Amino acid sequence: MSLKHEHELSFIRKYIFSMDHKIIGIQFLFMSLLFMIVGGFLAMIVRWQLGFPDREIPFASHLPESLNPADPAHYNAVFTMHGSIMIFLVIIPILAGAFGNFLIPLLIGARDMAFPKLNMLSFWVALPGGLIMASSFFVEGGTAATGWTAYPPLSADPQYTGVGLGQTLWVVSVLILGTSSIMGAVNYITTIVNMRAPGMHFFRMPLSVWALFITAILQLMATPVLASALGMLLFDRTLGTHFFNPAGGGQVLLWQHLFWFYSHPAVYIMILPSMGFVSDIISTFSRKPIFGYKAMVFSLVGIAGLGFIVWGHHMFQSGMNPALGTAFMISTMVIAVPSAIKTFNWLGTLWRGSIHFTPAMLNALAFVSTFIVGGLSGIFMASTPVDMFIHDTYFIVAHLHYVLFGGSLFGVFGALNYWYPKMFGRMMNSTVNTIHWVLTFTFFNLTFFPMHILGMGGHMRRIYDPTLYEFLKPMQPMNEFISISAFLLGASQLLFAGNFIFSLFRGKRAESNPWRANSLEWSAPSPPPHLNWGDKLPTVYRGPYEYSSPEVAEDYLPQNRPLIGAPTPSRTVPAPARA
Amino acid sequence: MAHAATMNDVERYENQLTPGWGKLMMWVFLCSDAMSFAGLLAAYGAVRLGSSDWPVPASKLDVPLTALNTFILICSSVTMVKALSAIKHGDRKGLLGYLAATMAGGATFLGIQAYEWTHLIHEGMTISSNPWGVNTLFGATFFILTGFHGCHVLSGVIYLFCIFVRAAQGAYTVENNSAVEIVGLYWHFVDLIWILVFTFVYLIA
Repeated sequence: MSLKHEHELSFIRKYIFSMDHKIIGIQFLFMSLLFMIVGGFLAMIVRWQLGFPDREIPFASHLPESLNPADPAHYNAVFTMHGSIMIFLVIIPILAGAFGNFLIPLLIGARDMAFPKLNMLSFWVALPGGLIMASSFFVEGGTAATGWTAYPPLSADPQYTGVGLGQTLWVVSVLILGTSSIMGAVNYITTIVNMRAPGMHFFRMPLSVWALFITAILQLMATPVLASALGMLLFDRTLGTHFFNPAGGGQVLLWQHLFWFYSHPAVYIMILPSMGFVSDIISTFSRKPIFGYKAMVFSLVGIAGLGFIVWGHHMFQSGMNPALGTAFMISTMVIAVPSAIKTFNWLGTLWRGSIHFTPAMLNALAFVSTFIVGGLSGIFMASTPVDMFIHDTYFIVAHLHYVLFGGSLFGVFGALNYWYPKMFGRMMNSTVNTIHWVLTFTFFNLTFFPMHILGMGGHMRRIYDPTLYEFLKPMQPMNEFISISAFLLGASQLLFAGNFIFSLFRGKRAESNPWRANSLEWSAPSPPPHLNWGDKLPTVYRGPYEYSSPEVAEDYLPQNRPLIGAPTPSRTVPAPARA
Repeated sequence: MAHAATMNDVERYENQLTPGWGKLMMWVFLCSDAMSFAGLLAAYGAVRLGSSDWPVPASKLDVPLTALNTFILICSSVTMVKALSAIKHGDRKGLLGYLAATMAGGATFLGIQAYEWTHLIHEGMTISSNPWGVNTLFGATFFILTGFHGCHVLSGVIYLFCIFVRAAQGAYTVENNSAVEIVGLYWHFVDLIWILVFTFVYLIA
């Protein structure tokens, strides 16, 4: 394989069955964005049902039967698939799949992933996994209706939900997506450990790479445990075993332990990459070095490590030994420490910075502020006595959306704004994206903040019609308000989608370093060619956050720019012979 | 010439792909794989400890036969070590012979396990039922743990066969033998896992 030969590849090899990490990243990006439309649409159905339960949703007759919430059982399917799609097919693949693939080699100065074929396979395994989940909408009995957590016995026995094949397809789909995750993680770890450019020490890597690295370790170690649980669930459903059926000698709580042993680390899989992106964006647009780089790295490691020993806090209500509950409560609260370190470091980076309010920066700031709200409400639930009261209420829904939408998704919007020029070689319209940010941030808070109040008022999490409960009736206007805000939130996304698509074709051509940023990807052309850099890999002389350095006239100092008289990097690889 | 330099750099990049990376990847993968067994073994422990009618394994399973099988698998790990040592000393014939012995060990293990499964199924123990009126998860956990491990052994034998074919073509030398070392890592891992499975599923009463 040579550069010359690569130019002769057919369209199919170049853009469809591509082994180029950038194309694979963009494939994951488009897949996730398409599923985000489906997941967002399902959220709208949920909000219509809760806001206006006595009115049929518009164009209901055009929906597949399994999605029409007129039947309470179908309502369960709608919120189940909203959660499942958003988690397994949007947030995880967009963070780890899309940005992980696109950014890791570019940011560490590698030409591609360590195992390009495995990389291609990870996408072509994920896509069928997603399609299997989507296909479950159309099978008899409808799609999974157990909530995204798939607790047995609901999920293990069709008699409880009336869903047969749909749930089985859900299990198979998640199993396949997990396989894809593991393939990706193996590749990312090997790439980051082995393929850093000359001079790129571990502690010179941008925090995005650190975050993706730690995320890959979480995926690697947690996903197989979910896979083993899913395997047992699949056997329960198809081969007549009774792992999760107490009547046959099994245990219902076994699933909850195994599931949360994966899914709590998965919570960090869904937020750590965004934390990394936001760190890079905030530093770039404050024109200041990140505050406390090593503390940022170690707090990522700390969050990930603690993430493995706190799964029980999801199960306070399931019943457990009080001593065990206390242990889970304390370990969970300890996570607030590294999280707070990160938050204060972001604020420290902003402090007296020369702040540029680009759309990427605005989204990063939204991340920080909503993450604080979501993080604080998390402490409520970590506390066992409080959790007893608010468990399975809308307080939880508010919390998780503050972390997953307010956190992860604002991070994704920030990253898309920031790296779009590098991905597609064109600029997005920043005015439109600023308006998009204003609307999204406003309606996001209007949608999800009142849910805290609903939850405190006792509004249960997965009910079909709040007006059926006497004590919830006074709060119905708030439900209507939330629904209207949610529709406006959904509609605001059209601006971003329109800008994204329009700019693909008509956007202003991007220069190689539009943000005057330091990390290595900005030293490659926009978009980078196959193998990323021309004849020579960049050599790294310093960390990625040298903004406003007194050593140079400009306010930025790229990682690969040698300074005269500066010491040469300690880890050098002989330069290729040049004739 | 600029173009020549380009090729040189690309070649250097391609050359980096061969040594070291595969070994790291195998270690990383084995960590992940260990966690999938950890999940299954933890589930096994949970259902067994939570059950009041779990039989003493030795009363239903053929422990002496499986002990023999375990011995065979451990021997195949020894031959794997000998295979790597042979090629490190440049002994290609030795490599082929020991690889063949390793494959034979794995295949024998699978054969004995297939015999054991058939025998148990004839007795009426399946993944979802058993004739003794004890917890049906006794059979389910048995078949899933030994079956999942058996899949690993089967993959290992196929993997070894691929390496054997490459070795027969003369692909490995004194300097270039990391592929043999990597298949060895996998094989020892499968062996180690079996010792855990054997202990928990067959021995602990």
